[in-house]
Amino acid sequence: MASTPIDTTDGRREILRRMLTIRAFEETARDLFADGEIPGFVHLYIGEEAVGVGACSALEDRDYITSTHRGHGHSIAKGLDPKLMMAELLGSSEGYNNGKGGSMHIADVDANMLGANGIVGAGPPIATGAALTAAYHDTDDVALAFLGDGAVAQGQVHEAINLAATWDLPAIYVIENNQFGEGTAVDDQHNVENLSETAEAYNIPGFTVDGMDVTAVHEAVAEARERAADGDGPTLIEAETYRYRGHFEGDPQEYRTDEDVSEWREERDPIESFEERLLDRGDIDEDELQSMRETVDDEIEAAVDFARDADRPDPDEAYEDLFTEPAPEIDRFVGDLRADGRGGDHQ
Amino acid sequence: MTETETMTVREAIRAGLREEMNRDEDVFLMGEDVAEYGGVFEVTNGLLEEFDERRVRDTPISEAGFVGASVGAAASGSRPVVEIMFSDFMGVAMEQISNQMAKMRYMFGGKTDMPVTIRTTEGGGQGAASQHSGTPHTWIAHFPGLKAVAPGTAEAAKGLVKSAIRSDDPVFVFENKVMYEQEGQVPTDPEFTVPIGSASVEREGADVTVAATQRMVGESLAAAEDLAGDVDLEVIDLRSLYPLDTETIAESVRKTGRLVVADESPLSYGTHAEVMARIVESEFYSLDAPLQRVGVADTHIPFATELEEEVIPHAEDVIEAVRKVA
Repeated sequence: MASTPIDTTDGRREILRRMLTIRAFEETARDLFADGEIPGFVHLYIGEEAVGVGACSALEDRDYITSTHRGHGHSIAKGLDPKLMMAELLGSSEGYNNGKGGSMHIADVDANMLGANGIVGAGPPIATGAALTAAYHDTDDVALAFLGDGAVAQGQVHEAINLAATWDLPAIYVIENNQFGEGTAVDDQHNVENLSETAEAYNIPGFTVDGMDVTAVHEAVAEARERAADGDGPTLIEAETYRYRGHFEGDPQEYRTDEDVSEWREERDPIESFEERLLDRGDIDEDELQSMRETVDDEIEAAVDFARDADRPDPDEAYEDLFTEPAPEIDRFVGDLRADGRGGDHQ
Repeated sequence: MTETETMTVREAIRAGLREEMNRDEDVFLMGEDVAEYGGVFEVTNGLLEEFDERRVRDTPISEAGFVGASVGAAASGSRPVVEIMFSDFMGVAMEQISNQMAKMRYMFGGKTDMPVTIRTTEGGGQGAASQHSGTPHTWIAHFPGLKAVAPGTAEAAKGLVKSAIRSDDPVFVFENKVMYEQEGQVPTDPEFTVPIGSASVEREGADVTVAATQRMVGESLAAAEDLAGDVDLEVIDLRSLYPLDTETIAESVRKTGRLVVADESPLSYGTHAEVMARIVESEFYSLDAPLQRVGVADTHIPFATELEEEVIPHAEDVIEAVRKVA
C-alpha cells in the first residue's frame, strides 16, 4: 500500500483493514492446507500482522521489499491481490507466479515485491541490491528487507547490512523477532539481549520496537525511510512479536505450550489492541467494525473461489520461464529434437 | 571486411566492458579491488578514471553480500557486472547464485529478468594452489537458470563479455587466468558480439575433432601443428558451455568420426561428459573410435610446480588422446 498515514482516521481504518485481511487470509490458508487443498509447506503470519502492515504503511508504492518464508502477510501489506495469492497457493497458472512458486515464493516485481524466500537470510542481500539501484539512479526509493530472528545468525545478512552501511544505501532491515527460529528459542540462537544491538557493529541506528503495536512499527519505519531517502543510510529495526502458529502448518510445537501462545494472544494481540484503540478514539464503531470484518471475509472467500476456478498449468509450462528465450537444451531433453528428426543422421 | 586490432585477452575484455558501459548507462561494475586497484588481474585497470566511482565500485570482501546485491540490483532494473576474483570463491556466494539468481525468474513465473553478468577467473598454472586455481565452471553450467561461457580466444573473450552484459539472463564469463596475456585479432566495431551458445571452428581438419575450451583451445591448436602431416585435427572452441552448440560439434564429428574433448575441469561427472553424452546420443553411428577426454584427473590443483605440471593438461595430453583414436 502507498504510504498510509497513521495519523488520519482513514489511514488508521485502512491499516486495520489490512491486518484483518492478513488474519482472514491466513486462517483460510490454514484450513485449506489442513484439508489438503494446498500442497507443500505453509508458514503462517498470524500474530505478526502489525509488523508487515506497520512497515509497509510507512513505505511508498515504489519502494521495494523482500520477504521471508512467512510472506503472505508482507504481500498483503504491500498491496498484493489476495485472489492472485490464493491462486498461487493452490498452484494455479493464474497465480502470481503462474503456479511455479507457491506459498514460499510469492512475488510481484511490478509491485516492487521481490519475493518471499525459502532460504533463511537470503532476502537482505537482495534488498541491498534494490537499494543499490535506487542509489545508482539517484531516486529517493528505498528497499526494506523483512527477516526473521533466525536469519540474524546467517552470514549473508551481516554481509548485506555491512555493504549497505558502507555505501550509505537507502535500505531498512526489519527483524521480525517472533521468538523462535524454526523450533529453537531466540535466546538459544543469539548471545545478545536485543537483536537490534548488532546495528552498533555497522555504525547504523538500531531500534527495538513493540512488534505487536502497529503504530510503533509504522513510526520506526517511517523514521528509517526518511533517513534512507535523505541519503543517511540504512537502519536496523527489531520488532518483537510472536507467531501463534507453528513454524509450518503441522509443526507439533513441542518447544512451547499452549499457555505460552495464549499469554501473547490474549494480552497483546495486534489486531484486537488496535481495534480497541480505534473504537476508543471514535475512528470506527462496533457496527462499522463488524461490517469491515465481513467485507474482509467476503474478499477472502472470493479469493478462494477464484483460486479454485482458476486455470491449472499446462504440464509443458514446467519447461518455460528459465530464461528470457527458450533454451535449446530444454527442447533437446524434452524430446522435441528427436521427435522432429533433427539431431544427427540416425541410421 | 571487419576491422580488427591485435589485443591481449585482458585488453579485449576491458574493451568489451568499456563499450558496454558507454552503450548502456544501467551497466556498472562491482567487485573486490576492481576500481582503484584496477582488478588483481588488471582487467578493469583504468576504468575508474574513464568512468567514476558510481560506475566502477569496490566492494567489501563479501561474495555472498555483493553477489546477492547484484541479484536485487538486476531485479530492480540495473545491469550489474560483478567480478568474483577467483571462481573458487563462488562457493562463498553459492546460495545467492544457485537459489536466488538462478531460480528467481523461474519461481516468479517468468515475471522478472535477471541481467547479471558474473566475470570470474579459472585455471591453474600460476602456483596458486588449490583455493585459487580451480576450474569449477561445471557447477554453473550444470545449474538450470544460469548460462556459462568460457572463451578460448581474445576475440571470443570480447564478444562473449559483451553478449553476457546485453543478456537479460544471468551469464557467467569464465576467464582462464593464464590466458590474459594471450594475443589475438579482435574486431573493433562496438556492435561486434559473439552469440552465447555458438561454438567456433578455429582450425579445420579431416581426421579428429578436438572440442576444447579456454586455454585448451591454444594447446589443441599447438597439438594440431605438431601432428600436421600425420593427423589432421579440427579444433573447435566451444566458447559457450550452457547453452552448448551441439550442432557445430556434431557436424564436425560427422566429418571426422572421432572426438577428443579437452577442458581444464575435473573429469568425473563434468563438462567433458556432457559434450560426449550429446554426441553419443545423436551421432553414435558417425563415430569410428571411442571418445577421449583430456582434463584434470579428479584432483585439486597442487602448489609445487612439479605437481601442478603433472595435473594440468597440455598439448602433449591432447596429442596422446588423439593418438589413441587416430
